[in-house]
Amino acid sequence: MWVDVLLLMKQELMLVAMIFFILFLKLGRERSNESYISIVNVLLLINLVAGFIGSKQGMLFNEMFRTNELMVLEKNILSLAMLIISMQSSVWLKTHKHVPEFYVLLLSTMLGMFFMISAGNLLMFYLGLELSTIPLAAAANFDLVKRQSSEAALKLIFSSAFSSSLLLFGISMIYGTTGSLTFSQIPPLLTNDPLQIFAFILLLAGFAFKISVAPFHMWTADVYEGAPVAVTSFLSVVSKGAVLFVFISVLYTVFKPLAAAWYNMLFILSLLTIITGNLFAIRQNNFKRFLAFSSIAQVGFILVGISGSSQFGTASVVYFVLIYVFSNLAAFGVIALVSGLTGKENITDYKGFYKTNPLLSWILTIALFSLAGVPPTAGFFGKFFLLFAGAGKGNFLFITIAALNMIISFYYYLRVVRAIFMDENPKPIETLRIPLLPRIALYTCTVGVLTVGFIRFIYNYIHALSTGL
Amino acid sequence: MLLSLLIIFPLLTALAILFCKGLKQVRNIALSGAALQAGYVVYLLLLFVQEDIAVKGMAFQYACSWFEPLSINYHVGVDGISMVMILLTACIVLAGVLVSWATETLSKEFFFLLMLLSLGAYGFFISLDLFTLFFFLEIAVIPKFLLIGIWGSGKKEYSAMKLALMLMGGSALVFVGLAGIYFNTGTFDLLAIAANPIARDVQLIFFPFAFLGFGVFTALFPFHTWVPDGHASAPTAASMFLAGISMKLGGYGCLRVATFLMPDAAHAWSWVIILLATIAIIYGAFATMMQTDLKYINAYSSVSHCGFVLLGIGMLTKTSINGAVLQMVSHGLMTALFFAAIGMIYSRTHTRMLAQLGGLLKVTPFISTVFVIAGLCSLGLPGLSGFVAEMTVFMGAWQNPDKWYRLATILACASIVVTAVYILRATGKTIMGPMSSTYENLVDAKWNERLAAALLIAGILLIGLAPFLINQLISPGTEVIMNRVIGFSK
Repeated sequence: MWVDVLLLMKQELMLVAMIFFILFLKLGRERSNESYISIVNVLLLINLVAGFIGSKQGMLFNEMFRTNELMVLEKNILSLAMLIISMQSSVWLKTHKHVPEFYVLLLSTMLGMFFMISAGNLLMFYLGLELSTIPLAAAANFDLVKRQSSEAALKLIFSSAFSSSLLLFGISMIYGTTGSLTFSQIPPLLTNDPLQIFAFILLLAGFAFKISVAPFHMWTADVYEGAPVAVTSFLSVVSKGAVLFVFISVLYTVFKPLAAAWYNMLFILSLLTIITGNLFAIRQNNFKRFLAFSSIAQVGFILVGISGSSQFGTASVVYFVLIYVFSNLAAFGVIALVSGLTGKENITDYKGFYKTNPLLSWILTIALFSLAGVPPTAGFFGKFFLLFAGAGKGNFLFITIAALNMIISFYYYLRVVRAIFMDENPKPIETLRIPLLPRIALYTCTVGVLTVGFIRFIYNYIHALSTGL
Repeated sequence: MLLSLLIIFPLLTALAILFCKGLKQVRNIALSGAALQAGYVVYLLLLFVQEDIAVKGMAFQYACSWFEPLSINYHVGVDGISMVMILLTACIVLAGVLVSWATETLSKEFFFLLMLLSLGAYGFFISLDLFTLFFFLEIAVIPKFLLIGIWGSGKKEYSAMKLALMLMGGSALVFVGLAGIYFNTGTFDLLAIAANPIARDVQLIFFPFAFLGFGVFTALFPFHTWVPDGHASAPTAASMFLAGISMKLGGYGCLRVATFLMPDAAHAWSWVIILLATIAIIYGAFATMMQTDLKYINAYSSVSHCGFVLLGIGMLTKTSINGAVLQMVSHGLMTALFFAAIGMIYSRTHTRMLAQLGGLLKVTPFISTVFVIAGLCSLGLPGLSGFVAEMTVFMGAWQNPDKWYRLATILACASIVVTAVYILRATGKTIMGPMSSTYENLVDAKWNERLAAALLIAGILLIGLAPFLINQLISPGTEVIMNRVIGFSK
């Protein structure tokens, strides 16, 4: 029993160990921020590497906790994102008063996500979700001097509470109509009963809040703008990725009997989300707000993938999230660096950026092209497979509208590229020295963006794992 | 592997350019890279001629799995048509590098992007897998945006954005078409799809997507509006690429993907293609008459000339499709030459306006001659490639017995008169007549410009004087396409 627990829950246990380790470090003698940052980064690296070793399939605690290779991979993707974010935020954290607390908060959030991904029971899922949102709201408030940061935290906690209550309401109704909360027992009891559909709608709305699907996206832009860049990138990549992972496994396994109902809902939500995200992104000037809306549009495209068959859908979503980690974090990395060193966060500030910072400009450009889905970057493959998975259902109206929306998204990404390369600016951002850790992070992301599509093993592996669902 | 080198060479050149220091090194690497590509393509051609294409169908095939679960492969191979397009690409890449020799601002990035563009074009022409084909089609979009936006002139940002968005829209449509083909055949492999015909009603739905999508690339009316702005704002080499190669991606795609894979639908929809092509030909010709900027003249005439390509494809006879391919090559060489000449004139006089130019023959005889040759080729003078290509298209078009199609052919033929008017007017105003005194000290073409022009003129003359050579290359390829088209119509 104990060996099983140790092996199956290794990623969660490692996180717990790390959290306590950091807390004990804080109790000990006074340390410089640099030493905290380097210790944590080394720990995160070990965590990431160890995550790949010896993954097993199994269930624990009466199916409360289950794990398989795909879930281990999903958690590893999140660990990778966490490591990159941590390296990127080192510039900002160096001058911060509460470095260990920041890490404890983010790691607790991660822990919640891990439990949520591995949940085999709606209650367990709910617990994980709560654990993953409450510390995050505290982290959003971590720019202690900025009022906007507190505003972001408040908005995040309110919207989270609202979505959690929707989820809980839905869960209670599922329990009421089926008499079970265990994932494996629910599907046979689902009968397309109106009350069950209603419960599903509530659950869907709860999920939609978390991954900012329109019309539940209102909080996104404000929170992204106000929170520190590190938290914003965490929200947009890790937090969104985790909920997406759960979302697909819940949809494809638990709510499989309701597939006909949720396909139509996804169809509408997805197009609405893509169009809303795109139209709002066009007008943004603050880079973080811009990425907020662009990430809303990305989620819309992910929903297209989810609407496909379970294997294609799962594979394309997991693959896309992996690529999204690289491309979005490369973009956020440059923004974090520029905002950390100069305080500038507007797209107009980036005019003439290429003259002074050619390397950063290329990294940002490659990242944006990847987000736009242009080859040879990985984003092309990600988008292609998402739309492709969606097309598998044969609804070509859906795919055509989604594909044509790529033009709009292309426009606003190119707008930034235009500012960087073509627009004149008498006072461009001065030439920046990139510190070691962010440099490593940026290079990792860029290499990832440029190579993931060509390493055919990655997609094939994910696709093979996706059969399990 | 033979063909994959066509992708690897530009890639290596591009990477080498990134590590270069100084303008001189960049130029040398770019030039040697382009020359290497050209040499290699000629070598391939020699090998290709020895292959027994009738037996193998596609020469130099190579396939390996890319995304196995989706049966997406990297599959390349060439027939005569793609071989000719590759030759054209190599020729224009070399000429383009030579012409942009003097680029000093951000020269490293400039040649890097040029190489990326050529990579996309090569990859597109050799692909036998629709996924690879689509991948390379999209690769070619971004370099164009940056080339026009950074090194262009005039309202360059606007033109670059317009071009990128319209081409992106084209590829979005292509994507839907390809996905439709995939989910009805279960494969992306061109040859495998060709072996198992697609159901007629499926073809009817997805043919328009594929054809319109590729059509945007080749200035299909009414999606031609990116052409004039894009060409006019682009730097010389980029204009040459755009008109010479990039617009051919579309024509080739229309032929190889849309018509070849969905011949039934091609028959059913051919009246729309003919209608749009005829409008493009006539509208393009008349629009050119109104232009006063040399680049706009050539750009609008490209719309008109690419109309012939689509007309040839739409007529669906063997001769007309042969003519369409010939026209692609001929137009590629001819516009590239035209843009090169305009670039040379512009770099010396700093104007492209007809009203300000004049009498250049006296001071820059070489450039003026090049300009005249390009012009004469454009209006279809016998002995040059334009005549051969257009003549073949018309002959082939007339073979289609439908009376409305014949009317379209007559109208398209008549547009040649308009072409003659604007070409002769442009040449006359530019190189004849009184010369402004400021132009007295202009220097004639330098070695690099002479070499580039000579290369392109050689191609034009070769096709013009010995069309049977290139016809032998193309014919087996068109035969395969026609067999499918005829097979389905009966």
